Amino acid sequence: MRLELRGITKRFGALVANDHIDLVVQPGEIHSLLGENGAGKSTLMNVLYGLYDADEGEILLDDVVQEFAGPGDAMAAGIGMVHQHFMLVPVFTVAENVMLGHEQTRGGGRLDLEAARAQVHEISARFGFHVDPDAVVEDLPVGVQQRVEIIKALSRNADVLVFDEPTAVLTPQETDELMAIMRQLRDEGSAIVFITHKLREVREVADRITVIRHGKVVGEALPTASDAELASLMVGRSVELRVHKDAPTLHDNGLKVRDLVVTSESGTVVVDNVTFEVRGGEVLVIAGVQGNGQTELTEALLGLEPDVSGSITLDGKELVGRSVRHILDEGVGFVPEDRTLDGLIGEFTIAENLMLDRSDGPPFVKGGALQLGYRDQFAEEKVAEFDVRTQGITTPVGRLSGGNQQKVVLARELSRDLRLFVAAQPTRGVDVGSIEFIHKRIVATRDAGVPVVVVSTELDEAVALADRIMVMYRGTVVGVVPADTPRDVLGLMMAGISPEEAKGRGEVA
Amino acid sequence: MSAPESNTASSSGSGPEQEPGLDPGTAEELEQERAREATGPVGDAAVDTAGRLAKALHQTMSSPWTVSVGAVLLAIAAGSIMIAFTNDGVQEASAYFFARPLDTFVALGQAIGGAYSALFRGSVVNLQATDFVTAIRPLTETLSYATPLIAAGLGVALAFRAGLFNIGGQGQMLVAAAAAGWVGFGVSGVPFPLHLLMALVAGIAAGALWAGLAGLLKARTGAHEVIVTIMLNYVAFYLIAYLLATPGLLQAPGSSNPKTPPTPESAQLPPLLGDRFNLTWGFVLALLAVVGVWWLLNRSSAGFSFRAVGENPRAARVAGIDTGRATVSSMLVAGGLVGLAGASQVLGGVTTGFSSDIDAGIGFDAITVALLGGSSPWGVLAAGILFGAFKAGGTTMQAAEGVPSDIVLVVQSLIVLFIAAPPLIRAIFRLPDPNRRRAPKKKPKATRNRKEAAA
Amino acid sequence: MSADHMTTQLDAPLSETTRTVTVVSWKTAGVLLSVTVLYALLLVAVPHSGDTRFLLSQRSDFFQIPVIVVPAVAFAWVCGAILLAVTAAVVVLTARGTRTPLWLVSLFVLAGLTGFLAWAGAGSPRDLSIVGLLGGAVLWSVPFVYGALGGVIGERAGVVNIAIEAQLLGAAFTAAVVSSITGSALAGLVAAVVAGALVSLVLGLFAITYHVNQVIVGVVLNVLVVGLTSFLYSQVLVPAAETLNSTTRFSAIPIPILSDIPVLGPVLFRQPALIYLMFIAVPAVWYALNRTKWGLRLRAVGEHPKAADTVGIDVVRTRYNAVLVAGAVAGLGGAFYTTVQLSQFGENMTGGAGYIALAAVIFGKWDPIRAAFAGLLFGFASNLQNVLSVVGSPVPSQFMLMIPYVVTLLAVAGLVGRSRPPAASGEPYIKG
Repeated sequence: MRLELRGITKRFGALVANDHIDLVVQPGEIHSLLGENGAGKSTLMNVLYGLYDADEGEILLDDVVQEFAGPGDAMAAGIGMVHQHFMLVPVFTVAENVMLGHEQTRGGGRLDLEAARAQVHEISARFGFHVDPDAVVEDLPVGVQQRVEIIKALSRNADVLVFDEPTAVLTPQETDELMAIMRQLRDEGSAIVFITHKLREVREVADRITVIRHGKVVGEALPTASDAELASLMVGRSVELRVHKDAPTLHDNGLKVRDLVVTSESGTVVVDNVTFEVRGGEVLVIAGVQGNGQTELTEALLGLEPDVSGSITLDGKELVGRSVRHILDEGVGFVPEDRTLDGLIGEFTIAENLMLDRSDGPPFVKGGALQLGYRDQFAEEKVAEFDVRTQGITTPVGRLSGGNQQKVVLARELSRDLRLFVAAQPTRGVDVGSIEFIHKRIVATRDAGVPVVVVSTELDEAVALADRIMVMYRGTVVGVVPADTPRDVLGLMMAGISPEEAKGRGEVA
Repeated sequence: MSAPESNTASSSGSGPEQEPGLDPGTAEELEQERAREATGPVGDAAVDTAGRLAKALHQTMSSPWTVSVGAVLLAIAAGSIMIAFTNDGVQEASAYFFARPLDTFVALGQAIGGAYSALFRGSVVNLQATDFVTAIRPLTETLSYATPLIAAGLGVALAFRAGLFNIGGQGQMLVAAAAAGWVGFGVSGVPFPLHLLMALVAGIAAGALWAGLAGLLKARTGAHEVIVTIMLNYVAFYLIAYLLATPGLLQAPGSSNPKTPPTPESAQLPPLLGDRFNLTWGFVLALLAVVGVWWLLNRSSAGFSFRAVGENPRAARVAGIDTGRATVSSMLVAGGLVGLAGASQVLGGVTTGFSSDIDAGIGFDAITVALLGGSSPWGVLAAGILFGAFKAGGTTMQAAEGVPSDIVLVVQSLIVLFIAAPPLIRAIFRLPDPNRRRAPKKKPKATRNRKEAAA
Repeated sequence: MSADHMTTQLDAPLSETTRTVTVVSWKTAGVLLSVTVLYALLLVAVPHSGDTRFLLSQRSDFFQIPVIVVPAVAFAWVCGAILLAVTAAVVVLTARGTRTPLWLVSLFVLAGLTGFLAWAGAGSPRDLSIVGLLGGAVLWSVPFVYGALGGVIGERAGVVNIAIEAQLLGAAFTAAVVSSITGSALAGLVAAVVAGALVSLVLGLFAITYHVNQVIVGVVLNVLVVGLTSFLYSQVLVPAAETLNSTTRFSAIPIPILSDIPVLGPVLFRQPALIYLMFIAVPAVWYALNRTKWGLRLRAVGEHPKAADTVGIDVVRTRYNAVLVAGAVAGLGGAFYTTVQLSQFGENMTGGAGYIALAAVIFGKWDPIRAAFAGLLFGFASNLQNVLSVVGSPVPSQFMLMIPYVVTLLAVAGLVGRSRPPAASGEPYIKG
């Protein structure tokens, strides 16, 4: 089926998320929609999928104008979507998720689970998936969950398939497999829209590329274009793909983690016997696919995990069993993975957020009373120093863009005397300009002699920032390797293969 | 959904953080939406009720005054309809409506006008009075009724701000009344100001402990405070009922009624405007409490941590704030405030001895007061006085016009419902939607804006 | 790199590669221990003597069971020993990292109750009627069970139903008026269903359409309905009590044969139709929620409304539908007050039953069958007081009346264990 978008415009208040976008996707083609965070790709797809109404423009399938009142209409018309954040009900089984919305029933509205199971089996067989229709979705690894999403779309006979940032949660190897699936679908005649901001993937799988920036189509490209060409098209200027940093000067102080075990509330061992060391003046990047224990590891460092055994020492002082307050006071700076949930209070002003983790003593509090004058002066200084773009320090932080919010977190954490700096995915959902700034500050912190731990799921960032890279897989450390380790070796390590074996395989390949 | 990301401006040089004219709420809303989504399908199970409560409150608070006025008018109109439909005169006249329609309207006017003029006469100024004292008396009655409403409303509002829904006002008032009353008539030989002080402290402490128990259960076991406080209401009720029915405890000696002895003069709150008015110094205490809560919430370290936990408990925890301690201590303070309401009842409002209905529904009224007041101390003061006026006027209305004062409950709850749903009020009064223009201040408007955009 | 290898990696069940340890909470052991200690204290502090007469059948029964007479104190201490044994077993199990099996807790509850009854009835010349105790429990539980079912249906669809109290009260009022006017209990029942749904409609309007916090709407609705019914009661019902407030009630219909089963017969099968309907409604709600298209969609909007929306399910309509059904079911419970229990409406006559039903929802972990049993438990606790006052219990009645609430407190604070509410419960759905 041929998909055509004509002059799609979507506004949110005064913000124009999509500005007269035209796009044609032919059957039997993988069409990549490339753009950085916030470019408007997802908005466009939500318009296509009937989740948003376009303010202007029209959607055509095989040259017939479509009116979608909701996703139901879009699906009925043959559009299927594999969402970035899976649209699966976690407590339902695979079969229930696949049948939801187009349930086959027997008498009296009774669900026909048999039919749904058969459908799951049938589609799985076609693509070589091994998906148990009776497995509960939340128990499945993310890679399998994604396949359930694909099965869901195919069970409705979708001819146009949209993959929205599908590789964010996958290992490089899983990504390769997904691309194979996309090619198979294309060869069967589906029209495929592949939304991403990862240049390598685009060049590998796309037949055609449309680049979006600030809600507008800024150009088309062929997969033969170079990374640099695509990147400058995407960002609108030449982009520094590297982080400048000198060789590390190591100090004796640092963080030592020994035999760390973190157990979740449900009893799963999420960090399994992890031992490592970070010395002052170096950056250790913890790499791995999201959900392999990195989050829990960093939270254990800050004392946020309730069930921890083993030892965490900072400059010789034991941190396990200490309160968050105590650990912060020991000089640990922490940038949480999810800034809006864990790092900031959206309704609080910038000034209030900047004093958030020092709200119980001097200089922000004296005799139980807030020192408003000091607070505001401090905030003015930090807003200037960290280049937070805002109308004023009384702006609620929730109204800032992602990059500016992250700068507020960074400003707060880096204005204390630090003896350890932990940043979990510090550039997630942040625009390119802010990414560069954040990277610079992280390197500056390292150069000041502070041990730095960065969690990253993006290989590019890991390689650019790290002095050493520690790869985690299912809660265990696969290995700690130098930053110049080849990407394919790192990729295999992220799938749980030991560095030695990975190197061997890397050479064969 | 993945957000239509809006952080477009930060890479474009030195402009402000948003596109000119961008509804600032949108960026934030979308960011949060994205953040929620980012936790993935499995992580969604861990929803924080506190954050949600905060959101709901912002929504309630953010209503412009036109909406508040509209809500009050609408609720009063609904009350009028109820009065009209149940009025005998109106029913009689409407039986021959088509013969003499005017009669029906006259009856309607008499019924509604009579009811509301009685309400006014009972709550503000009695214009039929011949002397000043009688004329002004209704106003002081309003303030008398408002006293426990303000104190208890503050208790509910403070808990709200800390992300806790304190439905336990009734229980907290009961134990506070029992404690204050017991110190009042159980301790003798202590001179006036000291005795009063002891009784007040006992009441406040009892309320604080009762609410603190709920806070402790929430902090330690994760038990939902709504359920816990409701259950503690009943436990307190039966506990007090037992104490009242047992000789030697709260029951008045020589009596078999479940009622306490009167409060001795040495433990009574003295009248504020002389003996001819019921208004006591309790009202001044309530005013002091308003100022105190304002300072606590806006100027103190403790209040900062309460608000932080209320808005986003996860971020508060990451920032080293002991959320459990904030939960317990905010409930302690909240209970103390409700305790003040309970004590003021026994030491000022009903000094002739009390029974297990001494809370007089104030524990639940306090919720509506806190909601109407937007959980801000000054808002609570205003809402408390308004509802105090309803109570004072309702009594007069019942006596003079035979309209049951239950109508006041209806009007009160309708006001809160309407205020919580500004789009409804705007639709009814055809008010313009302020969000269609630029730069609204609060988030929920952005939500609506976005919804309209999407619809 | 071989693709085959990766496939096996991916499809390996999580448990094969992820270590898990069993987390066992000491809460259960702690609660059992404190109950055991309290029990022993009670026996020591308030000693009793004499026998307790357990009556297991009624005079009208087909099968007559002789009155069982037990020496109260000895019997109570035997039960106490069982409590201690169970507690010890639970402590040992917990120390070994094994979860407490349900049957042990059930044994504990049974032994504790029997022992308590024996102690309470000691020396009383009157028989302690077990049939009366259990039959009354079933009867008392009616509003709790229907209310809890309504709560479960609403919450599974993502709408917290604090307004059960309002639904019960509104329904009781309406049933009273309609049943009085028509002289038909059935008409009253239908009216009650309509009234419950009507309260739900208001809840839905504010909670679903206007995204007002559901707890706030619920609490305010409860106040509103108290005010409304009290106002109408004193303005309309009191002046015309004969015509508007003297209802026709459902009478008990014994079911042939079944009603002759010893003990169970009179408890379960000599009840009014509303109770039989309850026996059907509980499994029916369970079936509808778990086995039908309606239930699948309802649960989907309660767990992940966005996901439901993306497959073309109208979240708002599904939620309205669920809330209306929930209100209708709760309305059946409200009808109990004026078409079964009493023949007239009284101000605020539900007296907080809706809140107990809400506790039953949580106690029952959002499952209709478990919630119904929780409702039954609360019904039992409420009735215990009535029965004990007949035999002349030494425990002040206020403390007996307190029991359901204390049990609920204990339950939410630990006895139930971790429970997971529907993920989107309380969360308004804003499209887009």
